[in-house]
Amino acid sequence: MKKLLGILLSAAMVFSLAACGATAATSQSAADTGAATAEGAAANAAPDVKVGAILLGDETEGYTAAHINGIKEAAAELGMSEDQIIWKYKVPESADCADAAEDLVGQGCNLIISNSYGHQTYMVEEAEKYPDVTFVAMTGDFAAISGLDNFCNAFTSVYQSRYVSGVVAGMKVKELVESGTLTPETQPDSFDADGKVKIGYVGAYNYAEVVSGYTAFFLGVQSVYPDVTMEVMYTNSWFDIDKEGAAAEALIANGAVIIGQHADSTGAPAATQKLKDSGKICYSIGYNIDMLATAPTAALTSSTNVWSVCYKEMFEAAQNGSVAQDWCKGYEDGAVAITDLGPECAEGTADKVAEVEAALKDGSLQVFDTSKFTVDGAAVTSAPIDLTFYDFSTGSPVAVYQGETKEAISDGYFHESELRAAPYFALRIDGIVEDAEPVA
Amino acid sequence: MSQSITAAHAPLLRIARREGATLPQKIAVRAGAILLALVVDALFIFFVTGLNPLAVYGVMWGGTFGTSVRFSWMLRDLSILLCVGIALAPAFKMRFWNCGGEGQILIGGLAAALIMVYQGNNLPAPALFAAMALGSIAAGALWGFVPAWFKSRWGTNETLFTLMMNYVATSIVACMTNIMRGQASSLGTLNKATKAGWFPIVLGQRYTINIIVVIVLTFLMYAYLKYSKQGYEISVVGESQNTARYAGINVRKVTIRTMLISGAVCGLCGFLIVAGKDQTISTTSAGGRGFTAIIVAWLAKFNTFYMALISFLLVFLERGASEIASAYSLNEYAADIITGVILFFILGSEFFINYRVILRGANKEGK
Repeated sequence: MKKLLGILLSAAMVFSLAACGATAATSQSAADTGAATAEGAAANAAPDVKVGAILLGDETEGYTAAHINGIKEAAAELGMSEDQIIWKYKVPESADCADAAEDLVGQGCNLIISNSYGHQTYMVEEAEKYPDVTFVAMTGDFAAISGLDNFCNAFTSVYQSRYVSGVVAGMKVKELVESGTLTPETQPDSFDADGKVKIGYVGAYNYAEVVSGYTAFFLGVQSVYPDVTMEVMYTNSWFDIDKEGAAAEALIANGAVIIGQHADSTGAPAATQKLKDSGKICYSIGYNIDMLATAPTAALTSSTNVWSVCYKEMFEAAQNGSVAQDWCKGYEDGAVAITDLGPECAEGTADKVAEVEAALKDGSLQVFDTSKFTVDGAAVTSAPIDLTFYDFSTGSPVAVYQGETKEAISDGYFHESELRAAPYFALRIDGIVEDAEPVA
Repeated sequence: MSQSITAAHAPLLRIARREGATLPQKIAVRAGAILLALVVDALFIFFVTGLNPLAVYGVMWGGTFGTSVRFSWMLRDLSILLCVGIALAPAFKMRFWNCGGEGQILIGGLAAALIMVYQGNNLPAPALFAAMALGSIAAGALWGFVPAWFKSRWGTNETLFTLMMNYVATSIVACMTNIMRGQASSLGTLNKATKAGWFPIVLGQRYTINIIVVIVLTFLMYAYLKYSKQGYEISVVGESQNTARYAGINVRKVTIRTMLISGAVCGLCGFLIVAGKDQTISTTSAGGRGFTAIIVAWLAKFNTFYMALISFLLVFLERGASEIASAYSLNEYAADIITGVILFFILGSEFFINYRVILRGANKEGK
């Protein structure tokens, strides 16, 4: 009898497990159908291109979700059919990427896209093998010096939208201080010895991509409210909800009233909302996606890439085999943006944002204007950028692809993303402090 | 009626050991299990995902047999998994629970990677490959030796010890890859510029050498376990340590020697992964194979040729699942459920091969 009971019990457990799995999967397939109908409308002159998409994550991860939506929107706008795109989800930055690319070639793709930086060394090998197929390593940094016509990189000038999100944050800081809400009496930790307001930033790694982003954000804040100082805390991960949340909490504990982020999860906005609800004065600026669902009152806005602009151009160009080798566009072409403003944004923010966006579009405003920042107390007049791609593994850098060293500063500003698409601004400017230790 | 009264205390279901099921019986049970699994999966696919089950099975089949390239990848993945299975077989046959395959592979792979990076420009290719192979074998053997020595010395628990050694190896690899990546954001392939330490391309693929090495190992390990004196000692120690001692077998020596072999083959597998498959090292290089291979070795009862079959099945299911996920934009978990059901039924069929279920009132003679 005991045995029978055991069998029945385990059977019940198996079925209850199956039932949990079933509900999750149902909502999943429902979501898929919704997406499919949205892109149903087909025009006649769709580009004759078969796209293979190699993605680091899937639709549950913000960064990849933004790419998936961008590809789908671009395809829908061009009237491409669903079977013109083959998806490869959850492809790590390893030899699996080479496998995925080779398999896509085998399935007849003539444009293969990978969306993570570490995919590029595997993509370039496949590009060598298949000269008739175009390979695009998004966010990669050595296509132009690889000597291969069919290997490309693309990125957006996301530092521009980070600057604009910084303007939104600056407006809020200004309002908080001028309305008397934020004073050395109400929240003493939020002012440093010189009376500057503290803000914080959750960064993934200390690479140029992140440095460029947080510097742009900081300069955006300073353009509205100059008396700020910023602390940057790294998580050493692109996606880690817990660490990003912990970093945000630590920064707010140190007095930060604004938490910007360059990491892919909702950890920081969620933590900021929690502390705001407990009475702290703190707000969040997100990345990739609108954070209002996570942080209804704490989120001010998020800076985003509008990948569909990039992909649309790429798909059209792929038909003629003329994909730009080093594509990078910003506000001028609508390739970057900020998301809807949150309910607690300062009055007049929308007008200010429109004004700044217009100035970025017509080129009258440059984010990295050298008159607006100093390094070690002095203005910067020269920033030579070595474009060579190095292999560091032996301890001394070995050039894999030799590039030139070019001057990035001219006409009074640092030309970000012009020498190549991937960011290379890595100056540590005054007013920003990086924590030596990543968040625990 | 009268029968049910006489059998009042007999249980509804009785489970009895089945002695020596014939080959046709075994095949019939397994085929039935697979058929049943496909039916259950069909229900899942139809009612949960709303897809046509036959089309999904077609896609799954295509994951391995769709193109010649995919077929050769299946062979590549199979050879690595089988290699780990071969490494674990002697240890498990000896009833030494070597759960440290993962760490032994990683430390072997790391040794190969370090030699490849720091000696890549100094040694000619044959010497470099020899150094990488020896280095990884030595590192893997060391990782196998430590828990075996502690066990034979102080009777430590080898399951926990080998598991701990996995974490040590993973941390060392994480540390070294962090050092080697320098200012780059990820390590990527090693020796990109020179390709030193990468297996040459044979028959169109770098991993052809891996497959050849593993085929040779399959025969060697089969012969070692079945025909050699040492193989016999392993099985005696596995059956009963007291019997082994009574027969004059030095159990300590056999334990340590067997774990040296097990670790060495795992280390060699790390070398094959680095030189023939990934051309790099990372904490995920072993990819859980150190654990999956336990299923492989155990299900095949340490017969290396059956192990090849089981490895094939596992790789086939894995490739099928990822192909289903890609083709239908399904969440990978849904695809994993489909292959999981098949695996569940196949593992379950082992029970029905070894045991009979007798219903109350069924034929008492039990023939």
